[in-house]
Amino acid sequence: MYETIPADELKTVGRKSPRVDAYEKLTGHAPYVSDMVVSGMLYAAVKQSPHARARIRSIDTSRARELPGVRAVVTGAELDYRVGLYVVDKGILARDEVRHFGEAVAAVAADTLMIAQQAVRLIEVDYELLDPVLHPLKALEKDAPLVHPRLGDYSYMEAAFTPVPGTNIANHTKIRKGDVEKAFAEAEWIIERQYTNPSVQHVPMETHVAIVRWQPNDEVTIWSSAQSPFTLRNLFCTAMKLPHRNVRVIVPYVGGGFGGKAGIGIEPLVAVLSRLSGGRAVKLTASREQEFSLLPCRSQLTYRIKTGVSADGRITGQHMTMYWDSGAYADYAVNVTRASAYSAAGPYEIPNAWVDAYTIYTNKPFGTAYRGFGHVEFHWGIERHMDLVAKVIGMDPVEFRRRNTLKAGCRSLTGELIRENTGSVDKCLDAVCASINYGSLTKQEKERQKRTGMKIGKGVACFHKAPAMPPFTATAVILKMNEDGTVTANLALTDYGQGSYTAIGQIIAERLGFAVEKVKVAFDCDTDREPYDWQTVASKGLILSGNAAILAAEDLLARAYDVASQALRCNQIDLAHDGEKIYVKHHPESAVTFRQMAVGFAYPNGNGIGGPLIGVGRYIAQGLSHLDKATGQGNPALDWTYGAHGMIVEVNEKTGEYNILKVGSAFDVGKVVNPDSVRGQAIGGMMQGLGTAVCEGYIYDEAGHLLNPSFTDNKIPTSVDMPLEIECMVVETAQIDGPYGARGVGEHPMIGVAAALGNCLQQATEAEITHMPMRFEDVWRAIQKREPVDNWITKSPYGSCKSSPQVQGHHPELGC
Amino acid sequence: MRKIRLRINGDLYERDVRESKTLLHFLREDVGLTGTKEGCGAGECGACTVFMNGETVNSCLVLAVEADGADLQTIEGETAEDGSLSAVQQAFARHHAVQCGFCTPGMIMTVKDLLQRKPKPTREEVIHGIESNFCRCTGYQQIVEAVLDVTGQLPDSEKEGLKYV
Ligand code: FES
Ligand code: FES
Repeated sequence: MYETIPADELKTVGRKSPRVDAYEKLTGHAPYVSDMVVSGMLYAAVKQSPHARARIRSIDTSRARELPGVRAVVTGAELDYRVGLYVVDKGILARDEVRHFGEAVAAVAADTLMIAQQAVRLIEVDYELLDPVLHPLKALEKDAPLVHPRLGDYSYMEAAFTPVPGTNIANHTKIRKGDVEKAFAEAEWIIERQYTNPSVQHVPMETHVAIVRWQPNDEVTIWSSAQSPFTLRNLFCTAMKLPHRNVRVIVPYVGGGFGGKAGIGIEPLVAVLSRLSGGRAVKLTASREQEFSLLPCRSQLTYRIKTGVSADGRITGQHMTMYWDSGAYADYAVNVTRASAYSAAGPYEIPNAWVDAYTIYTNKPFGTAYRGFGHVEFHWGIERHMDLVAKVIGMDPVEFRRRNTLKAGCRSLTGELIRENTGSVDKCLDAVCASINYGSLTKQEKERQKRTGMKIGKGVACFHKAPAMPPFTATAVILKMNEDGTVTANLALTDYGQGSYTAIGQIIAERLGFAVEKVKVAFDCDTDREPYDWQTVASKGLILSGNAAILAAEDLLARAYDVASQALRCNQIDLAHDGEKIYVKHHPESAVTFRQMAVGFAYPNGNGIGGPLIGVGRYIAQGLSHLDKATGQGNPALDWTYGAHGMIVEVNEKTGEYNILKVGSAFDVGKVVNPDSVRGQAIGGMMQGLGTAVCEGYIYDEAGHLLNPSFTDNKIPTSVDMPLEIECMVVETAQIDGPYGARGVGEHPMIGVAAALGNCLQQATEAEITHMPMRFEDVWRAIQKREPVDNWITKSPYGSCKSSPQVQGHHPELGC
Repeated sequence: MRKIRLRINGDLYERDVRESKTLLHFLREDVGLTGTKEGCGAGECGACTVFMNGETVNSCLVLAVEADGADLQTIEGETAEDGSLSAVQQAFARHHAVQCGFCTPGMIMTVKDLLQRKPKPTREEVIHGIESNFCRCTGYQQIVEAVLDVTGQLPDSEKEGLKYV
């Protein structure tokens, strides 16, 4: 739907435009589910497992039930339902066996939260402890306990996934391209390494929260801080065997999601409590601690890469094995595995490739979608690997990248032909190299080194990502003209902060030729009112909903032109319009205003024509296919957004402490719709990536207890963790099927950040870090060439967040 | 239960309140001022920041009964009578310093406090001034720019933001 309109003729798209939700959010008036109270509402609390793996011998709820004010108590024994996005493997509450620390085993609804919490404390669970399997590689061993002994009985999405019953493998995705063995036999160098990262938490500032009212007539209303109201409804109805018409999901403002609210979460549990309470609404708000243990996280990854390189620095073959730690349930992790497999090599051409990607069950909180959908994790591996390979073959890492980047005419791992319009990794790489003055130190940087005694390193990382979604993913937008000629758009893509609604509003205004102030994109998604959207995930919103918005605007205009041609008694071909009216081109005074037509045009004598002006736009991804299960060949990518980060870091070689002086990032976004929103995503994502690069991660003891489920022990970046200087750059290689040429960039800024940091540290100190995050002690250890310590499953928890870097003056002093 | 009297955004309130109730829950549940958010309930994230007798506090760490007789200001008191945005709010809007919006009320309180103490903070002072408040969405940069802009200190070189290459 790319329209070849020169940038200077665009009136709204590409220009600065305020966020449509700014006023509500800045004044505290924006309603979030956590703010909501529904009449007669009860409050829920959850009993969680203190063990990673145990058989539930019995649960005694009698004392809880006797507590005055308790309206419902439920345990897994009473709930014979299974829920699951891709593999239907999860009960609403644990039944018979708990599979991870923090898993819900019972729940209460009561008049007040205090009573509910007190009741939960009165529930007694008798557990028989079992040995947990915590490490994904151990879970693959022959005699490993099975997390899901009945895996073979579960239903799953067969077109995309391959569970292996009798093992802990929830999915095995294969990619086979060319002849890797032959490539290795002919290669000049073969370099093999392994890269790892722990699980991390999304940390939306609003924790998961849901209110559900399940009326006795089986009509259910769900208010949830969810990203994807239709998928939530679909999964809920499937699990509960309810007709979709009975269930209404309402999503008002959401305080951040980052993938952690993409699917279905606490809603079924709250729903059964409501049903057991005779239809009273029940609210469950996850505590911050529950956010870490009850709700899903990002999967841990162990990534093995073996690369064959020719004498002239071309990658000739690559063997890649990914071990994704799914935790106790498959959730999105199976699809993270699949999407990571087909992107596994990063934005490089690999003529001969072999990928085995496994999703592995363990007894830990389960993994789900998280901004980047696996790409942050495996780009840590692949982009560190590029630098390590470059070091071995004695080539500059940027030069090595340049020789191997995907260019027009190359083929992806799945055989997809890369074209000019796909975008340009090279331009992004060039931009970030220029931004950090790659390859040498400026005079100021040299002086700074002298002054501080720290060593400055510079490094880059490239990345790519395509939306991971079913090939037939669809959405729709409905555009309604109001009585005064303004318009209101309805869609079920949710905006939990990304700025999608602002961009969609600009696209609609552009296509209608209206001032952007005349367009409203309505908050509060409601499955009873909004047209279908699959999910708000994958950075697919701008392309799919943006295209649907253009089609809706065109449909609305077509209907208005229809009425105008009758009202003005002329051919439609002779009509044109501006923001107010439709007029006859050669007699502009002969005109009819949108206001006159908005709800039906009336002739002077009272006769009416038309009716309310409503435009409908439907869009479905075009030309994509499932992947062949044996070879992984096919066409999975709606679009590829390419990008790169360049970083300047100073390191104290004695202590491992470091400061990030500059990050320059470039993204090929196709077309910028809103420059401030793009920058907001770019910097926000980069900082989130930095958090996982420098300090975030789940730490367990050897029994599988999560040791750091709080902000005190699992730090996230604050303002003092910002790099001294941040530069955001965009390349605009128009996406042919993107709205005005645009493609998604919501997730991408987070990808590659950690590797860029690792590459800087290597450049400055020779430290070969292969595990993220890179805490000071990890850097110190790597500089000392000591073995890295796996303290993510530990006897003695230690390690801390990078403490506040000393912000030593602003960048002008640095001169970069 | 104890009776407390306090002023919130200029309005006088008299309520019976459970001794163990936090000021945050009192504001949100008893008074219905839900603009102030709960991000952790443990004094770690700053989402619940409000003014109490002219100084910012984490309202999740203060008991409502401790606020007896106090003068409070919350995000709901930030706009002018006619609903127009304050200078800080306008700068946040101009700089897209808001994404999901959940940290925003607390962040605005913290920024106001900073500007009261330091009417022309340097960039470093802004960065340290908002360190108490988590924002998972913005990466803080546009918030820092908004604060510098409100005090007329944003360098011209930073006003354009995104660079096209
Ligand atoms: S809610 Fe008070 S500091 Fe987080
Ligand atoms: S805007 Fe979402 S946490 Fe700050």
